[in-house]
Amino acid sequence: MNVQTPVEQLRPADYASDQEVRWCPGCGDYAILKSVQRTMADLRIPPEQAVFISGIGCAARFPYYMATYGFHTIHGRAPAVATGVKLANPDLDVWVVMGDGDCLSIGGNHTLHALRRNVDLQMLLFNNEIYGLTKGQYSPTSRLGTRSPSTPQGSLDSPVNAAVFALGAGARFVARSVDTNQKHLPETLKRAHGHRGASFVEIVQNCIVYNDGAFSGWTDRAAVAEAQIAVMHGEKLIFGKDRGKGLRFAPGRLALDVVEIGRDGVTENDILVHDETDRTLAGLLGAMAHPEFPVAVGVLYCNPAETYDRAVHAQLAAVRDKTPAGGLNAMLRRGRTWTVAPG
Amino acid sequence: MATRLATTAATGGAAEDVPRKTLDSVVIRFAGDSGDGMQLTGTQFTQSTALMGNDLATFPDFPAEIRAPIGTTYGVSAFQINFASYDIMTPGDAPDVLVAMNPAALKVHLRDVPKGGTIILNADAFSARNVAKAGYDANPLEDGTLDNYVVIPIDIQKMTLAAVKGLGLSNKEAVRCKNMWALGLMCWMYDRDRQPTIDWLNQRFGARAPALAQANVAALNAGHAYGETAELPSGLGAYVVPKADVKPGVYRAVTGTEAIAWGLVTGARKAGLPLFLGSYPITPASALLHTLSNLKEYGVTTFQAEDEIAAVCSAIGASYAGAIGVTSSSGPGIALKTEAVGLAFAAELPLIVVNSQRGGPSTGLPTKTEQSDLFQAVYGRNADSPLPVVASRSAGDCFFAAVEAVRLAVTYMTPVMLLTDGYLANAAEPWEIPDADDIPEFKVALGTDPESVHAFKRDERTLARSWVIPGTPGLMHRIGGIEKSYETGHISYDPENHHRMTKVRAAKVDGIARDIPAQTVEAGPESGRLAVVGWGSTHGAISQAVRRANAAGLAVAHIHIRHIWPLPANLGGLLRGYDRVLVPEMNNGQLVKVLRAEYLVDAEGLNQISGLPFKVSDLEAAIRARGEVR
Repeated sequence: MNVQTPVEQLRPADYASDQEVRWCPGCGDYAILKSVQRTMADLRIPPEQAVFISGIGCAARFPYYMATYGFHTIHGRAPAVATGVKLANPDLDVWVVMGDGDCLSIGGNHTLHALRRNVDLQMLLFNNEIYGLTKGQYSPTSRLGTRSPSTPQGSLDSPVNAAVFALGAGARFVARSVDTNQKHLPETLKRAHGHRGASFVEIVQNCIVYNDGAFSGWTDRAAVAEAQIAVMHGEKLIFGKDRGKGLRFAPGRLALDVVEIGRDGVTENDILVHDETDRTLAGLLGAMAHPEFPVAVGVLYCNPAETYDRAVHAQLAAVRDKTPAGGLNAMLRRGRTWTVAPG
Repeated sequence: MATRLATTAATGGAAEDVPRKTLDSVVIRFAGDSGDGMQLTGTQFTQSTALMGNDLATFPDFPAEIRAPIGTTYGVSAFQINFASYDIMTPGDAPDVLVAMNPAALKVHLRDVPKGGTIILNADAFSARNVAKAGYDANPLEDGTLDNYVVIPIDIQKMTLAAVKGLGLSNKEAVRCKNMWALGLMCWMYDRDRQPTIDWLNQRFGARAPALAQANVAALNAGHAYGETAELPSGLGAYVVPKADVKPGVYRAVTGTEAIAWGLVTGARKAGLPLFLGSYPITPASALLHTLSNLKEYGVTTFQAEDEIAAVCSAIGASYAGAIGVTSSSGPGIALKTEAVGLAFAAELPLIVVNSQRGGPSTGLPTKTEQSDLFQAVYGRNADSPLPVVASRSAGDCFFAAVEAVRLAVTYMTPVMLLTDGYLANAAEPWEIPDADDIPEFKVALGTDPESVHAFKRDERTLARSWVIPGTPGLMHRIGGIEKSYETGHISYDPENHHRMTKVRAAKVDGIARDIPAQTVEAGPESGRLAVVGWGSTHGAISQAVRRANAAGLAVAHIHIRHIWPLPANLGGLLRGYDRVLVPEMNNGQLVKVLRAEYLVDAEGLNQISGLPFKVSDLEAAIRARGEVR
């Protein structure tokens, strides 16, 4: 629809709108905003081609801070609006920004269907495991026992694991990263952007006011080496301070085991190699929770398939080729008609 | 067999020696089990009748259950057609002829047949078991129930089986041909051409199941042959209903659903933009999704969303990206879409919301018709969020109403509610096909020039903001549901600004009253004793009732409102010119309250909430009661 003009190198700051950012000081959203702006600059995305679509929540203010097109919609419905945008104009570069309540509670249904349809969208989940904008209630990703204004004695319902949910929905691209990791996050976003289809990225984000430190056990600088595993396609699933630990299949079970290399006869050869096209492995990696396991970050799954928007337009084109449209008058006269002669 | 088919297939009142009695109009009702193919029978009879040049109106009436237990009263499906040699506007109050395929159909529909009316029965179906299943204590064929009617019991099933014998059908398949036998008989009785039905059967079954096509044609012809040879009771026989004297032109049969689909496509073309439908199946609105899904070559994208909310949201997304976004549903689905419609209102994006109204509340009567979503359309959103509401009045009018809805949506950057109902959606009428070239264009000028335009700049006349779509260089902006600054479009919580924005949004919609035709009086005096004010699908019945009252010397006016919101600018003055205002509605009184609230007129409701269209006679009686008493 619109001809893409090659952009001269824009700086990340060129993707920032003139609006004052109004998140709480220290909010993880600042870091994500910075990463996204850097990613856009690195990928030389023409600002007029990009559309950021959000629902409601702290994360949903994101589009106002981007110097691109933006649509701040209603709670949970951003994937549905984005689907309409992408179907109407598949040339647009459409990003969806959701919080955990947005994406997995009120909008869970739309997330499910955008993923299984494989609409070509970057779907970013800012997961802080809490409702921030409504002042601190527990969310669908809050851990069991979370005390909040609505659960003063602790929450009683099990949280949803976003990555596992996405895989279950049929997502063809699932990744995870951390708000403050300014090296890993842009790289992950670039992979998401490069994937044609629905790219689901869970970004773990710290809410400094209502859930501060929720992830520090595995995201603090000191904890990263032992508590995170950065997965890379084709590389061994090794982590630990001296790269001394790894993942392998538990003997006789479809489960992962953390093993120490060099102990009990375990060698590097026993360690699994990450295959991002393997959905079963992705599911096992995505489910790993701290502290029993290191938390997996990076591209857990990438296995592209035909995108819904392309399929829709291919079908439209096929019909047009087969039965070229006449004018409106031809449409109105399709089928049986009769003529009443004068007199 | 082949020879016989060939001779009997020579159709359309061929050389036969039966003298045909001329009738001006006939109302026939086909009734049977929901699996008996009554809708199909009715539709085929309608096609033939339309091609014969009669004016006609139909009323399909079917249960919500797809296949209710066979033989029960709640599984009865019916199709009524009124055809005449003059112009008619309703499917008729009461059937002259009832074709009942089983005891349950008789039980449900007998009460509508006037004394002396004709009842054609499938006598085979009146077994003790079926009679009991229908809730009769004794066989109505034997106990005097039908004494006051002209009853023609025929072993339709046996004759059908005989007609299709040797064609290799299973018993079940053979029995299912009996609707075609009944259709054949009615074609003979009213001198209808069987050829359109034969063509249709061959097209439908021909390649896939030639034996089924052959059998159905054989049953159709056998029913016709029965009419030619059987000795029917005296006074009954062959009729002819001459062509109606209609305006010369090219015609077709059309349902409201088809007309809305074509109207939306036409509107989109006139606006110069592609059409996008986001929808979720719901009775009776699904047919619009089906119809538009078959118009891809006209640039129509259809999207069956995961729910009603996603349906409207995808349409909003499509409008945001530069298409005409449409969503279609019925009352309960519209309720789910409400928050998103509010978003489109606040973000000032064009959107068409089609509501095929049905009986409510909640699930209500999904397959029955009602006009009870007027309040929902006019007032049914949180906050101050007025929308234009357009209501179509007939199947053919749905086309023009849809074009108008698109025009308003793109001209004023607003969601528009387009109201139709279950009756309009399903009913068919002959329609003089308009010349699409006669419909004025309203090409949309998208904002593209950063020097002269920004997304929040308002047109001085319409107060609509500029439509700038993503992909346009130099005009990047953010929109959303949060209150915007009047000047810049940025988020604003400023108290004066919110007051100003609420007023400007209302003024924008109010201003549409200057852009729609003034309200006219359709029949009767421009002022006087009584005005009957209607909207939507009651047009035909009211129109006919007023016409009859006028013919009887009562000076009664008929005013029919298309633009429910904003109301035409002259309507208040017009209504004040009558002593009494009567507002018939298929609801518990909605337009009547709007009129009272807006104009302080003492309008009086006439309400029927039965899930069925008004009868002309009931309206006429109500008019007479008010017109004659001062």
